[in-house]
Amino acid sequence: MTNGHILQADQLVKQFGDIVAVSGVSFAIDRGESFGFLGPNGAGKTSTMRMISAVSRPSSGTLSILGLDPLTHGPEIRGRLGVVPQEDTLELELSVRLNLEMFGRYFDLPRRTIRERTAELLAFAQLSERANDKVDNLSGGMKRRLTIARALINRPEILILDEPTTGLDPQARHLLWERLYRLKREGVTLVITTHYMDEAEQLCDRLVVMDHGTFVAEGAPRDLITQHSTREVVELRFGTDSHEELHYRLAPFAERVEVLPDRILLYVDDGDDTLRQIHAQGITPTSALVRRSSLEDVFLRLTGRTLVD
Amino acid sequence: MSASLETSLGGPRWRRSWWYHAMFYAQTWRGSVASTVLFPIFYLAALGVGVGHLVSAHTGLVQGQTYLHFIAPSLLATSTMQMGEGESLWPVLAAVKWIRTYHAVAATPLEPEDILVGKLTWVVTRAFATGVVYTIIIGCFGALHSWWSLTLPFLGALIALAFSAPLVAYAATAQSDASFTAIYRFAFVPMFLFSATFYPVSAYPADIRPIVQFVPLYHGVALARAAAFGHGSIAPVMGHLAVLVAMAVGGVLWGRRTMRRRLVD
Repeated sequence: MTNGHILQADQLVKQFGDIVAVSGVSFAIDRGESFGFLGPNGAGKTSTMRMISAVSRPSSGTLSILGLDPLTHGPEIRGRLGVVPQEDTLELELSVRLNLEMFGRYFDLPRRTIRERTAELLAFAQLSERANDKVDNLSGGMKRRLTIARALINRPEILILDEPTTGLDPQARHLLWERLYRLKREGVTLVITTHYMDEAEQLCDRLVVMDHGTFVAEGAPRDLITQHSTREVVELRFGTDSHEELHYRLAPFAERVEVLPDRILLYVDDGDDTLRQIHAQGITPTSALVRRSSLEDVFLRLTGRTLVD
Repeated sequence: MSASLETSLGGPRWRRSWWYHAMFYAQTWRGSVASTVLFPIFYLAALGVGVGHLVSAHTGLVQGQTYLHFIAPSLLATSTMQMGEGESLWPVLAAVKWIRTYHAVAATPLEPEDILVGKLTWVVTRAFATGVVYTIIIGCFGALHSWWSLTLPFLGALIALAFSAPLVAYAATAQSDASFTAIYRFAFVPMFLFSATFYPVSAYPADIRPIVQFVPLYHGVALARAAAFGHGSIAPVMGHLAVLVAMAVGGVLWGRRTMRRRLVD
């Protein structure tokens, strides 16, 4: 039934009244893989996550998690998962240590096991020195690491993370990514949602691009970029608002042109060369930037919209 | 994975939620214990001794009791009601909406019903403990006249549950606490004042008495008095008990639906 997949979904639907949050998605995740859902807010990522966490019931479709049916084995499945929700949901009045120890009791772990794991997880989250501080006094990055540590108290086989680094500063994000790599190396299957394309490129072996409750693309980040975009992108900004006219003048230089409210994107193979040709034609942008194609470009290509508004 | 072997400690899942509440209380109990002990002493001293002095000068005994003895049992009823209320509105809304701790628990092996039962059994536990403290204090004021007084802590637990269960169910549906303040001001404060708490129901005009007797807290107060004085007759006592039990059962059934809808739909 599961063909060795740790998680398998077939035609999964989630409906709230008339609103269809997820409309018939199918996917399979392998053990040890790190799998991502990339998409803008409201794409149906969180609804999907809640279903594969064995928390919310699919409106229709079938789901197999760890080879079990969440409709009949919910508690058993959840005992083997770790979930990091979008909000930290920590007990702010309690100490860092108690947040871990008391949560461990929900999994009915023996006291001794909880104490040992708490010490390990405090070290993992780099919070050993803050163990006795109230959670309220921690920084955003520390709270996030604690929420991840808490999700690991039952040694989960799958760790499900919903927007793990939203709202964190760059340094805190990189520290968190590094912790997640470590888990991946230890064999934990990671399932991640994000609306940051750099996060998806960094963390995911494979991902689906999600929009309006459906998948618009699926594959490894590099493959998706090769498949749906060019090697490089030239980003041009002009002081004027006459982007439409510029569109026609620039079209011959690129495989594809995207006009955004604040800038024009040229999809090309050799950005520097394109830029030289444009200058030679007497077109003078106020600023110009050559970069490699990213998942952001894939999303723009597939949906006509940017990921982060 | 040896997780399943390690976790086989047994017992129903809701006990883990009860244990969590108890542990949480153990971390934060200091303020509330002082008030649990001091409040009834102040209350009985001010109203029982102070106002009681006036009452005895003007009207003598109330239903055959001194005024202090008359109001002491109703103190236990009103306090356990307030405890049940205080545990149920804001803390539950915080857990389902503001801090979302119940959502975190819903991602563990616990089901929404386990979260609900753990919460309510904790309220019952705390109300029982409060009932024991109050019964001892009321006893120290000499206001217990019957061995039935030993049922007062159980009665306190039932009263707390009768109010807590429907309020938890309601709080699980709320989007903001705007209605909570209204419930407090226009339901709980009047109930506290007018449920024959400070004077017998016979003090009201005959037309108003049925309205007072319809109020839920009235039944708690009547039962507490019957227990403390040992002179309730069986039919009204069963009637009062039935009202409180119905509130508790109705609240639990409603709460099962609202918690499930809020946490897992």
